[in-house]
Amino acid sequence: MDKNYKVSFFLVFGLALIISVFTGCKGGNKATVEEESVTFAQDEEAILQDIKQAEKVFNALPSPLESAMLIKSAGAEFNEALLNPVSNVNRYVTNRAMALNLGAFTCDLSFSSMYEQTQLLIDYMNAAKQMADGLGILDAIAQEDIDRLEENINDSEVIMDIVSQTFMNSNSYLEENGQPATAAMVLLGGWIEGFYISTQLVDMDNFDNNKLVSRIIDQKLSIDILLNLLEDSKGNAAVDELIGQINELKTVFDKITIETSTPRPVYDESTQSTVIKSEVKTNMTPEVFLELSKTVALIRNSFVES
Amino acid sequence: MKRIRVISLIALLVLVGNVSVFGQCKAFAKKECLTELGNYTHDGNYHAAVLVEGEEAELYKTFYSDMEYRVAIVGESSLPAVEFTVMDANKNILYSNKDHDYSPTWSFRLESSQQLKIIVKVSKFNAADEMPASGCVAIMFGFKM
Repeated sequence: MDKNYKVSFFLVFGLALIISVFTGCKGGNKATVEEESVTFAQDEEAILQDIKQAEKVFNALPSPLESAMLIKSAGAEFNEALLNPVSNVNRYVTNRAMALNLGAFTCDLSFSSMYEQTQLLIDYMNAAKQMADGLGILDAIAQEDIDRLEENINDSEVIMDIVSQTFMNSNSYLEENGQPATAAMVLLGGWIEGFYISTQLVDMDNFDNNKLVSRIIDQKLSIDILLNLLEDSKGNAAVDELIGQINELKTVFDKITIETSTPRPVYDESTQSTVIKSEVKTNMTPEVFLELSKTVALIRNSFVES
Repeated sequence: MKRIRVISLIALLVLVGNVSVFGQCKAFAKKECLTELGNYTHDGNYHAAVLVEGEEAELYKTFYSDMEYRVAIVGESSLPAVEFTVMDANKNILYSNKDHDYSPTWSFRLESSQQLKIIVKVSKFNAADEMPASGCVAIMFGFKM
């Protein structure tokens, strides 16, 4: 065999094989796998069986952008000292550390954007880019995104659009490339960072009827979603360890009560949207809050110091 | 030599075929679903999968009081109508797009924060003897303060 042909054959075939395996492993997306089975299945009964078994469950955590907006809408002040310093960026070398801190830096980036902290915003975008690049997420945050951010630094709508797009680029890449465990760790890192910041911003002298405290109580509603998200990747050593940490948080959340009346949807013609009317009664003592705050701080610090 | 060329061509087709599948739903979600959020800020989360007609997906999410939300659920044109139902933790139905001509969006606000469940179902074409249709379905959320 001619040497050049031999080399080009193995090069092309090898490349095809790598990409075939790479794009074929969509472990986090059961429904996609099922669809591929349908494409190649020979008999209809097998197809119908595939359809029957196929079920996709999405566990949606509040995104870093939503967490930052919740903190701001509760009237909290900005405090840079609570963010994970960008100088930590070179500490993160493992997949786990980069994933958790991609989430954390995206949350800090969102928090900075909400409070129009322009220089911090660019610094955190660069830190998030470094994490995404380290995880091999192609084009999650391109240099053009950073340039566009700098050009529109005073336009909050464009900034939020860029933050939202870059976060979506990261989690869609991980989901569509068979890395659900890493995707879950990114979401967890962002959620914990936002939760940590909000607990640290509570003024204990103004605990009762504090809107930020209400937002913290609301996070109890997401704890099972978070655990289900992590359980989907059970068996991954890093995720197994994280499940243990989140269960400690759940133990504290279990001390908080939330009672909601049956919701009544009412269509509002003026806003052309539906209002879901209901009443809620919650109970969290300052002692439980302090325990929650301490637990989340321990978890968050284990992430940013890893 | 000819054989090598044929094998190389097959390998290239495998490569190109996979590359075209890669990111299939992401591109669809960005192009067709994101725009449905209108002036609501997309939260940045990504939920999309290839579904087959008759198949269901479920999504669990906490929605916060005093925030205005819009959910957009869009299926590829190869699929029949995509139905979605929103219910609370006690399975009380709050909304079904079946009652609204299969609208791809629903805008809402909650007086108290709640975890809601969204059931997405791809309806069926009435052709039992044909291969079931499949395509991407994307779910996106936008919010306003």
